[in-house]
Order: sequence, then C-alpha cells, then structure tokens
Amino acid sequence: MKTYTQTSDGYYGKFGGAYIPELLFNNVDELQKNYKRIIASAVFQKQLKSLLKDYVGRPTPLYFSAALSERYKARIFLKREDLNHTGAHKINNALGQALLAKMMGKQKIVAETGAGQHGVATATACTLLGLSCVVFMGETDIARQAPNVARMKMLGATVIPSVSGTKTLKDATNDAIRYWINHAADTHYIIGSVVGPHPYPDMVTHFQSVISKEIKRQLLKQTGEAEPDYVIACVGGGSNAAGAFYHFLKSKKTKLIGAEAAGKGIDSHETAATLTIGSVGIIHGSKTYLMQNKDGQITEPYSISAGLDYPGIGPLHAHLHETKQASYLAITDDEALKAAKELIKLDGIIPALESAHAFAVLPKMKFKPTDIVVINLSGRGDKDMDTYLKYL
Amino acid sequence: MRTLQKAIRENNHNNLSVFFTAGFPRIDSTGEILSILNDTEVNFIEIGIPFSDPLADGPVIQHSSTVALHNGMTLELLFSQLKAVKGKITKPYLLMGYLNSLLAMGIEAFYSKCFESGVRHIIIPDLPIKEYLKEHKPFADKSGVSPVFLITPSTSEKRIHEIDGISNAFIYLVSGNTTTGNQSEMQTGSIINITAMKLKNPVIIGFGINSRVDYLQACALADGAIIGSAFISNISQSKNLKSDIPQFINKIKTINLIGK
Ligand SMILES: Cc1ncc(COP(=O)(O)O)c(C=O)c1O
Repeated sequence: MKTYTQTSDGYYGKFGGAYIPELLFNNVDELQKNYKRIIASAVFQKQLKSLLKDYVGRPTPLYFSAALSERYKARIFLKREDLNHTGAHKINNALGQALLAKMMGKQKIVAETGAGQHGVATATACTLLGLSCVVFMGETDIARQAPNVARMKMLGATVIPSVSGTKTLKDATNDAIRYWINHAADTHYIIGSVVGPHPYPDMVTHFQSVISKEIKRQLLKQTGEAEPDYVIACVGGGSNAAGAFYHFLKSKKTKLIGAEAAGKGIDSHETAATLTIGSVGIIHGSKTYLMQNKDGQITEPYSISAGLDYPGIGPLHAHLHETKQASYLAITDDEALKAAKELIKLDGIIPALESAHAFAVLPKMKFKPTDIVVINLSGRGDKDMDTYLKYL
Repeated sequence: MRTLQKAIRENNHNNLSVFFTAGFPRIDSTGEILSILNDTEVNFIEIGIPFSDPLADGPVIQHSSTVALHNGMTLELLFSQLKAVKGKITKPYLLMGYLNSLLAMGIEAFYSKCFESGVRHIIIPDLPIKEYLKEHKPFADKSGVSPVFLITPSTSEKRIHEIDGISNAFIYLVSGNTTTGNQSEMQTGSIINITAMKLKNPVIIGFGINSRVDYLQACALADGAIIGSAFISNISQSKNLKSDIPQFINKIKTINLIGK
C-alpha cells in the first residue's frame, strides 16, 4: 500500500513545509489555521458543490476511447477535464479558493499564470463572486498565450506582465508572492498548482481531488471496477495529476504515472523535467525538487507548453517520486505534438499542449488487453492553436 | 571580542547599517565596497548573497542580484572574497541570503565557511525558526555563527519573545508589510509597542529606509536603521565608489550635512 501522509506542518515525507519570509507569516498562518474548518463547513460544501455542478459542468464525463483502446491494446478512458467551464481543471481550484477567500473576508485576489488557464479560471471565479483580480503573467507567456490574455482582460482582471528573471511562470509566481506581501491585509493569493508553502499543496490537492472521486464512481459504473490499473496525467506543478491520483493513492492496484515536460530533451538544457534532472531545494516556499545549478540558482526551464514550463514540482509528487509510489516520465515537445495529432485524428479532440504530454505516455507502455487506463485530459487546446498550426 | 549586540547597545540608538549585494556592480566590488564602508560612520554591514528568485525583494535588489549573477557571482566566490579582506575590516559584517543558496552549499559547509570568512551572523528570511533549531543550530553553534530573524509590525508578541529568546545580535524589524525598497509609512504605534516589550536584543529597522529623516525616525523609535535599496541605487549610478559611498553615508548620519 502506498503511504501518503501529510504532517500538520505540511510535510510529505521530507518535502513541503512553509519556507516563507516573516512578511507572509500572518497570512499563511491564518490560512493554515482556517482552511480545513472552512472547507469542511456545511455552507462552503453546499455552495461549492452547486457551483461545480451548475456553473462548471461537473461531473465531467469519463469517456471510453474505442480508437485509442484499439491502437494501444488496453481499455483506455479519458477524464474530460477539458469540458469544464473555462477549458481546464484549473477552475476546480480557482473557484474553491475564491469561495474560501470570500469567507475569510478578503476582497482582492492575486494569482500567477503560465498558460493563462489558471488566470482565466481565477478571473472567472472572481467575476462570479464579486472579487477584484490581479494576475501576473510572464512576458514570454503573454506573447505565446494571447487568447487567454484577452479573456482575462475581458473578464475584468488586471494582467500585469512579469519582466523579472526568465519572464515565465516561475517569475510570475515570484511577482504574485511579492504583490501578496505588499497587499497582505485584504488580498488572498490563489496559487494555481499544488506548489507553494503549506497549506497550498494540500488545499489545492483537496480542490482537485474531485477528479479522482468522480473517476472512481464513473469507472465502477462503466466497468464494474472502481480502481483502474493506471492513471496517467501531465505534471507541471502537478495539480491535475494530484487530483487524478488522490483517491487512488491508497490503492494496491492502481499505478500512477506523471508526464513531465522534457522540452527538447533531458540532456538539451532546454527542458522542464524537474524530477528527472532536478535536485532538492526550496522554491516558492516549499522544499521539493527543482532545477538549479550547483550554486543553488534556479535555472531556466523550457517546454513548448507554457503550463509545464516550471522549474519546480509540488512536494506531494517529490515524495511520491522519491518513495517510488508513482513514476514520472519525461516527454519531449515532439512526442507531445505527435500525441496531440493522434488524439485529434482518432477521437476528434484537440487537447491542451500540457495534456498532450500525458497521451505521449501511451506508446511508451506495455499494457495487457484487460488493463484499465485512465488518462486525465486536463484541458482543451483552443489556447494552443497557434502552436498546432505551426507544427502539425 | 566585542559582540555585535554589545556594539549596537554602545552606539546608543544610533546604529546605521548598510546592505549591498555581493558581486554588484562588478564581480570584484564586494571587497572594495566593504573596505570603503569600513571607513565611514556605518556601524555594521550586511552583504547580500545574490539569488535568482529573491521573494522578499523589490525591483532594486532583484536587479542587483540579476547583475551579480550575470557577472558570475557565486556563494563560494563570496566566501573567498571575504577571506581576502577580513583582516582589514574592523566593522562587523553579516550575510543575508535565501535558504536555497545555503542548502546548495550544504548546511555544515556553509557555517564553517562563515566562520573562516569572519561572518558571525546571518539573516535568512525564508528559514523557519523550527528548522533552524533542528537542522542548523548545531552547525551554527559549532562555528560561532548565529542568526538574526525578521519581525514585522504585525508579528505577534508571543512570536517576538520567542525570536528574542533565540537571538543574540539584534532583531530585524521590517518597517511595514512590504518587499524591500518600497516606501511605506513607518507604523509608529506598532513599533513603539514592540520596543516597549523589554526585549534582550536591540531592534534595528529596515526595508524602505532611504533618507536621513527615515534614519532619524528609526533611531528615535528603535536602535537604528538598515539601508538597502537606496544604497544600491546610489552605487549603481556611481562612477567613483570611493567618493560617492562616504558622501551617501554622510548625508544620512553626519549631523552637519556636507555638500547640500
Ligand atoms: C490544461 C493544463 N494542464 C496542465 C497544466 C499544468 O498544471 P498542473 O501540473 O498543476 O496540473 C496546466 C497549467 O497551466 C494546464 O493549463
């Protein structure tokens, strides 16, 4: 059996914790002390449940792909997070945290975004709940994910370009944290993945765990078995994977596979395969694996997919990796593009570039024909049309 | 040897400290700036370890870090630069940096290199107290190094006493809830409450201090001030550090302002 535990200090094994400057101590402490109680309260549960159903469109379908099953000789199901309102799993967390912020009396939200999916989801949740919204986004990502920038602005969010460092997700996260330091009294920071200081990894995992909760129920209904043989998900910070894995963490049967972005290859220096080439350190307030040089400077990640272009990884995944409770494969840009092309052709689904990395795991596996394989289709590819038009 | 705490006490609420980033503006500026500062009215000096992702820092210090790293600055090199000048520096100097730099070097190695380079105190804003006590203190103690912790005007009294209990140099009071370099209104009421707590350590105010007025206010409320971003902005525009640094310090600390 897998051992998944998180201590009260927010550690998964030796990973996690809250490595934050004193300036954030009160805010993080307030969250640590209140999030579980508020999330467990009947009012919160009722509101979130109804919003997830009627506004987001949950439960998302679990779709049996006959074509992929035929092609890879296994029983392959797709969890359709791409069909959520705003087009990805990110809304599960954004809505949960926005509701939590509101109940804590915060009127303002700050968020970071890479692909723009989390930014759009947060801007949407803020509009719905009447909160003001500031989103930091790296200048590089603003250029490559233009449709999402337009959506955020249309939804009334203030989008601030991050010009520090490498101008991608890591830097947007730094700037969002700095903004939070400077507006600590009235602002809640909605982090977009299972990263950051405790309690964020646990809280975001909780909000995303609805994915595996539904998979379990749907799979039982469709196959007579509640537990698949494999769950496969892409990993940037790791939130869709954490959500898809969560209810199978205790399963003896289910093998968990994460797909991280290898970019142009793990030896190319243009990669975001944190677990494959990284080492242990501190990033964004959490002890985890990260890409760094021997002086401890965090290095520039690269992936064709803006949502996976992150030099760290959530502490839960660092722990699952180190204890071999899940395996993580590095998928190159080319492999992801090829997998996207195949899914488009076989199933008529244009996946997000991030999600395409999960599909690229299929040709690397040896399945038994009876194996039940669930792939988390974390988002849709509308935002990636420019890239697809260029390469496919 | 006179401890930093004792030296701060003896200066009777008139301590001025300056923060600068190692390896900025040039890779070999560290020793030069340290030597120039040593001959000014500054009481102690903080040297920043440049880091790629300085979360608590505003644009000026971020930029100085980026330039320093671009210059090729590393923690290893910083220690050797300090070793080269330590005999000539009579004022206490501290290191300030982020935990990841320290972890990359290794905890034990870091503290023993501090000792060898004449560093007796360190400031690591993202190092939790609990982790310091558990994983760092044995090595820090062995090397005669001790940490300085940050508090803010909204840190709880209980936590301030806890920090006071494990500190032996001074307590670093951040002027307001802000990243470095931001002009923020000094929260006078909260600062008075803090200094009235009868702490065993002196309290030095930092973040956003950039003028003689700020410095005097910090001295009136607490035991002195630390100037970071304003000093770095000044040296980044300087063509002659030897004359510009003393001039900057004199404007802050000397009673009779020279120049204008
Ligand atoms: C569709 C989609 N999938 C995956 C990710 C990666 O995030 P995570 O690893 O937290 O699921 C993103 C991030 O932007 C995304 O937009």
